[in-house]
Amino acid sequence: MASLISCPHCGPRPREEFSVRGAALTRPAPEASRAEGFAYVYLRDNPRGLLDEWWRHGSGCGRWLVVTRNTLTHEVVAVRDVGA
Amino acid sequence: MRYSAFSILKQGLSGNRHWSRAWRAPEPQPRYDVVIVGGGGHGLATAYYLASKFGVRNVAVLEKGYLGSGNIGRNTTIIRSNYLLPGNNPFYEISLKLWEGLEQDFNFNSMVSQRGVLNLFHSDGQRDAAIRRGNAMRLHGVDAELLSRDDLRKRVPMLDFDNARFPILGGLLQPRGGTVRHDAVAWGYARGADAAGVDVIQHCEVTAIRRGAQGRVEGVETTRGFIGAGKLALATAGHSSQTARMAGLRLPIESHVLQAFVSEGLKPFIDTVVTFGVGHFYISQSDKGGLVFGGDIDGYNSYAQRGNLALVEHVMEAGVSMIPALSRVKVLRSWGGVMDMTMDGSPIIDRTPIENLYLNAGWCYGGFKATPASGYCFAHLIAREEPHPVTQHMRLDRFERGYLLDETGRGAQPNLH
Repeated sequence: MASLISCPHCGPRPREEFSVRGAALTRPAPEASRAEGFAYVYLRDNPRGLLDEWWRHGSGCGRWLVVTRNTLTHEVVAVRDVGA
Repeated sequence: MRYSAFSILKQGLSGNRHWSRAWRAPEPQPRYDVVIVGGGGHGLATAYYLASKFGVRNVAVLEKGYLGSGNIGRNTTIIRSNYLLPGNNPFYEISLKLWEGLEQDFNFNSMVSQRGVLNLFHSDGQRDAAIRRGNAMRLHGVDAELLSRDDLRKRVPMLDFDNARFPILGGLLQPRGGTVRHDAVAWGYARGADAAGVDVIQHCEVTAIRRGAQGRVEGVETTRGFIGAGKLALATAGHSSQTARMAGLRLPIESHVLQAFVSEGLKPFIDTVVTFGVGHFYISQSDKGGLVFGGDIDGYNSYAQRGNLALVEHVMEAGVSMIPALSRVKVLRSWGGVMDMTMDGSPIIDRTPIENLYLNAGWCYGGFKATPASGYCFAHLIAREEPHPVTQHMRLDRFERGYLLDETGRGAQPNLH
């Protein structure tokens, strides 16, 4: 894991300021089928390579971010605000 | 060649020049009744029990690297069966019983040392939880003892009992827990499986799973050519999502990194396994004298087999809080292993939606202690087409049915288990 993550609001900040939620998945609509709901909660692609994740800059701006990271090398490729 | 005191004497007298190879290096055959993907502890144990206990001898184990290069050589060697849930405990207890007879069974010294596993507690709430777990263990016929502060002062005097924030109030001890020489487990199972007729094929990476028109698995494409399989068994924890994807399956698993550490060699210091109840920290001492310790997973998906300094710092802080004398010990080396983290923190041994494809996965950070039972129960499933009774709750479809095996009660958030 990189020691610094470039927050779009705060600039490069230590990794310890952030917490990770996991894969950035899109929540199915309320009327979605049971199978879709199950897949959202439990199933993961778990790629060996690039992965979009939810991270929160808890000790900084407090914003939720989408961090694109390489799970094989730990390189952070891109960081954007969840609303961007 | 059977190993014994006599064989050591005889070989020693002839200059140790006549030992035979512990296992062959066979060329892959065109087809096997059972092909096991993954020559780690679980794959080798599965092959060993298939051939020696279930009479299935036309078996191959395919390993992409060399034996012992994966998690069987990257763990902290602890064995125990101190689980709370009825769906877990009997399985781990069978595993511990297999550990107890393992060296005689496969004729290999894997240095099983039942030196006890001690979980400390630091608050009234933690004490209640320890008592509850100890009682659950005893109801399953597993040994558990509640130790007071005074008992602990005699047993593990190096602990910081009067830590201002987290005083040590006592501990839950499983006397039959302990440690095992982990590489020797891989070697012992490989040698035993080989002697029973299994082909253990190293440096043979599976690149694709070939399926027929009906969806059945026909075999695997490998770096050493196509190998046909009557039944295909995946035992690739850490990379289960990758191998299962070759068969079009998406698993309830994320891969995470768990780090471990070993210190410089010391004189005898800790004669048991101790776990800290604050955050997470566990420590034991190897026979070479190094302190072997670790903590939680780093918390983010990773296949890198190395972790981050933030977690290193956390582990060191927890260790020094528990045993202040550690502050003067030098860390010799550290490493990381890739863990299959499931959505409830418990493993999967089951059939899959594909008729002749079997799955052994999701061992989280607890796969080593489970090695014998995992192999035995997986072999049972493959040979008899029905789950062993102690794995009846470790089903792949339990997430969909709502029958989770969640020891910590944290829900579908793998980095918290």
